[in-house]
Amino acid sequence: MARIIVVTSGKGGVGKTTTSAAVSMGLAKKGHKTAVIDFDVGLRNLDLIMGCERRVVYDFVNVINGEATLNQALIRDKHCDNLYILPASQTRDKDSLSLEGVGKILDELSKTFDYIVCDSPAGIEKGAHLAMYFADDAFVVTNPEVSSVRDSDRMLGLLASKSRRAELNEEPIKEYLILSRYSPDRVKLGEMLSVNDVQEILSLHLLGVTPESKSVLNASNSGTPVILDEKSDAGQAYADIVARYLGEEKPHRFIDEKKGLFGKLFGGK
Amino acid sequence: MPKVSKNNPFTDTILEFKSSSFPVPVLMLSSNALNLIDTQLHTKISLAPEFFKNSPVVFDLSFLNEQDLSIDIEELTRVIQKAGLLPIGIRGGNEAQNNKALALRIPVYSQYHNLQSPNTTPKTPSQQEPVTAKESQTLLITQPVRSGQRVYSNGDLIILSQVSPGAEILAEGNIHVYNSLKGRVLAGVLGNTNARIFCSDLQAELISIAGNYKISEDLQAFYHNKPVQIYLQEHTLIIQDID
Repeated sequence: MARIIVVTSGKGGVGKTTTSAAVSMGLAKKGHKTAVIDFDVGLRNLDLIMGCERRVVYDFVNVINGEATLNQALIRDKHCDNLYILPASQTRDKDSLSLEGVGKILDELSKTFDYIVCDSPAGIEKGAHLAMYFADDAFVVTNPEVSSVRDSDRMLGLLASKSRRAELNEEPIKEYLILSRYSPDRVKLGEMLSVNDVQEILSLHLLGVTPESKSVLNASNSGTPVILDEKSDAGQAYADIVARYLGEEKPHRFIDEKKGLFGKLFGGK
Repeated sequence: MPKVSKNNPFTDTILEFKSSSFPVPVLMLSSNALNLIDTQLHTKISLAPEFFKNSPVVFDLSFLNEQDLSIDIEELTRVIQKAGLLPIGIRGGNEAQNNKALALRIPVYSQYHNLQSPNTTPKTPSQQEPVTAKESQTLLITQPVRSGQRVYSNGDLIILSQVSPGAEILAEGNIHVYNSLKGRVLAGVLGNTNARIFCSDLQAELISIAGNYKISEDLQAFYHNKPVQIYLQEHTLIIQDID
């Protein structure tokens, strides 16, 4: 049985797709057979971030409608043989998805995969609901600013009440916090919420902090998940996140501000 | 020509019952002297004539009946109507008064709860005991109440985790929150003015007891991360530190 992970947030633009791409690549590189599904029907992005947009023949909606088999629609990643991408349809909308259809696809994928990562669209409407409905774990991606935190809180409420596990009275979805686009310098200036502020509001297990980083934009533009850029801070942050999720103990990084050469030399505050 | 909606008379449902609650003033009487009621009612109404014009009102006879003071329902209704109010209910009346009110097509309300069927036999105190015990069930919540979630308790409500901004917690009885309270909190929602709110860290968006409320803007001075209790005194919410 596969473990189904939903990457969700409520708010848009916080880094759900970047996280989905990085986390699924990270899991695959650790030797787990992983599928990543783009639930953002109509605003297809995941294939761009994964660099497979030119290989899309069939999509998620085709499989739901029975116009293609799952194997025809799954795209094998060019960097890692353990990773498969199920792209969204760009020409349909979220009403093309149905609860039964999504359930059937996830069931079928569960037979052969270890992890299924569901990249949720923004909002709390149908697409987001279907992305999280069958989840076992939820990665809640939040930016350190009030509206994003508020939306994440709302999403956590929905995870606790509107998911399959909630409806069947099973063990609740395991929720993890990923604080993305974090900038310690701006926290220090009081322009951004700190890790502690966000954790106090959401009271959630912190899986990792990813720094605001140029490497993310570069990675997206070139179609390679940022986790493959092992030299970049964001790539290392995502590698830590995957390791922690798989049970490794890793100290949190990227929470304190970077010290300049001067600071390093004198070690002062 | 008047327009008639084009519903299929055989298949379409054109009505439904929905539950809704409205704030209605209750006229508490402490004397059965009708002429006195008449003059004092007029004085009160002259303070805000527009506010009271055609306002629905429920009259409460519980105090009169406690003191064994009888009152003519028909005459009382006339006095209230003369003052420009529309009596829509009687509360705290004895059986004879309730029957009289029903004959005047005025509904009968029980002390705190919804409509009471006029056919129910008057309860003796010993019969009432188990009923209140069942009604005042306490709801215990251990999970965080997130933004957009709503929790309702028929009795008391105890919450051990945080209540996020944008969440709403309601109870017919008291509310206890042993964590930070950042959402909207409404105690005594069916009119129990003795209900209280207790919390260990008040940062609420709105607090209300039996319909008397304060919003966050008026509460800023009380946000100091200390346990407080909130209760009602003469229609005013009192926020007090618990030491």
